[in-house]
Amino acid sequence: MRIHFKTSYDHDIRLFPDLWSFCVYAALIVIAVLLPFLMGEFYLGEVTNVLIWAIAGLGLMLLTGQTGQASLGHAAFLAVGCYSCIILMEQGWPFLLAFPACGIITGVFGMLFAIPAVRLHGIYLAIATIALSILADDIIVLLEPWTGGVAGKYPSSIDIFGYEINRWVNIRDFYWLVLAVTILCTLAYRNLLRAPLGRAFAAVRDSEVSATAMGVHIAFTKALAFGLSCAITGLAGALMGFYAGAVTNETFSIVISINLLMMIVIGGLGSIHGAFFGAIVVAFLPQALSILKNAVGGGGVAIPGLESGVFGLILILFIMFEPMGIYGRWLKIRTWFELFPFARKDMFRRQKSYLKTERLR
Amino acid sequence: MSLLEINNATLKFGGVVAVNDLSFSVDEGEVYAIVGPNGAGKSTVFNLISRFYDPFAGSFKFDGKDLLSNSADKVADMGIARTFQNIELFDHATVLQNLLVGRHRHRKTNVLEEMLFTPRVRREEKKHRAAVEEVIDFLDLQPYRNKMIAGLPYGVRKVVELGRALASGPRLLLLDEPASGLSVEETQDMRWWIDDIRKQMGITVLMVEHDMGLVSGVSDRVLALADGAKLAEGTPAEVQSDPKVIEAYLGTGAA
Ligand SMILES: Nc1ncnc2c1ncn2[C@@H]1O[C@H](COP(=O)(O)OP(=O)(O)OP(=O)(O)O)[C@@H](O)[C@H]1O
Ligand SMILES: [Mg+2]
Repeated sequence: MRIHFKTSYDHDIRLFPDLWSFCVYAALIVIAVLLPFLMGEFYLGEVTNVLIWAIAGLGLMLLTGQTGQASLGHAAFLAVGCYSCIILMEQGWPFLLAFPACGIITGVFGMLFAIPAVRLHGIYLAIATIALSILADDIIVLLEPWTGGVAGKYPSSIDIFGYEINRWVNIRDFYWLVLAVTILCTLAYRNLLRAPLGRAFAAVRDSEVSATAMGVHIAFTKALAFGLSCAITGLAGALMGFYAGAVTNETFSIVISINLLMMIVIGGLGSIHGAFFGAIVVAFLPQALSILKNAVGGGGVAIPGLESGVFGLILILFIMFEPMGIYGRWLKIRTWFELFPFARKDMFRRQKSYLKTERLR
Repeated sequence: MSLLEINNATLKFGGVVAVNDLSFSVDEGEVYAIVGPNGAGKSTVFNLISRFYDPFAGSFKFDGKDLLSNSADKVADMGIARTFQNIELFDHATVLQNLLVGRHRHRKTNVLEEMLFTPRVRREEKKHRAAVEEVIDFLDLQPYRNKMIAGLPYGVRKVVELGRALASGPRLLLLDEPASGLSVEETQDMRWWIDDIRKQMGITVLMVEHDMGLVSGVSDRVLALADGAKLAEGTPAEVQSDPKVIEAYLGTGAA
């Protein structure tokens, strides 16, 4: 087990707790940067997909895992990000302006939605956000002159100072672009966590009463969480558009919202790692299923609802047996190895909470 | 001069009069205790001061300023911190993070700076951490520093909650039953801490407590409350020997 001796507050504030974890993440980034030289285009495309989902997962994680506000409406915000980026670029905006702008636009949308919505708690908020997901489809069709309606839109190539990036022409460049966005979003998220706002988010999640007593404005903080979460989600939406090459009113359906929420629960609520682990599961599960189906010999048979069914099953199993998600499981395995051979079986048994608080509301 | 001044406060929940035309004031630098049987309205008085409830009538002044014109999240800014009867901590965060939330009212940086973690954010963070570290030393919380609240024993949580309130650097500290559920030793610790909080840190303390040993040990003045109204007020000895108080505690017929 690694024990950290702290000699100054910097130790607590630093991005990485020790040299070892710094090396691990540095190595991970190096591998990620070199990945295009290590694997073929097909798999690189899949990895790009995972990263885009991870960005979207980070967005929802900030809201649900960090601030405790469930949302089943994030597909709508993916759509806002995607369409606004495409439309801005059609208006002649360069990608480097249109892309951040679409994040800001989506963030503002999220805040506007949050102003009435943050009064709702738990399941009621989830229901309100479902409505948003369902409405998104119709609104995209209604706004046909801008969104292309049912016929959809085809994002143009990305142009960075004359250098053209197109996923279909050169997936490597697109991968690096997505990787850069992923790293920036992860850094911003991580920075928030070690700053007052990130702690205020956690405070709102765990006890609104005492957060208020400590001077945290609940409605404002929730709205801010919505705004930031949606901004990141908007960026992911734009990247999804470029990745898919075409978007219609059906691209960002409620199923996407549900997948996103499942993803962060399976990955591990409240952790950055969870967004990535979850993204890997969500992105690779369809492939794994079809490989399995072929192996069983039913390759040609389409089984409707198979994917959703398996997703749902995995989700239920996780909630029952590993509420901390894949990341929680990973932490346990790691601790087990670090303590080897002294790990005890009941080490991770959750303690009983002592008092069920009698909340003010 | 009085730091907190409450005049003719009244609050009803439906038919229940939780606080009934209550007036009292707490002087700067004193430890003021509120005692009374269950349901007397003690916690409700705290929740009124915290602005969780709007009083039906009455005036609330803190340091000469009107409390009622502030919303609940502004109360901390004025320099009032509190603990809760049923411990309201941030369960899925560490002790350190909980205490750091106590510093929220001193936050000077905005979202953008924090996302970029600018040098200013770092400087501020160091200040917050220095302040919190003092509280950790004061309350002997070293061993629990990086532990999640969810796994901590009850007694430690009680101390963490006190620490979070102290970390905000208040002028007035509201403690709702600081010793309830604590062992004899833990209650003894709590007593020294309350003494030090007043003497060394110069913080005024308003507390609700059932443990009369603790109350008479630390408080300068005591207010006895029954059915939301004042029964008696004075030194611990005076209040304890007041026949009305004895009657309220033992029930009619006993006195
Ligand atoms: N939110 C609420 N809604 C309705 N009634 C309430 C509410 N809060 C308190 N009450 C009622 O107001 C009265 C005073 O309650 P309060 O919690 O202030 O008592 P207390 O003196 O703190 O008692 P205890 O020693 O049990 O903590 C009680 O009759 C209680 O039932
Ligand atoms: Mg009470």
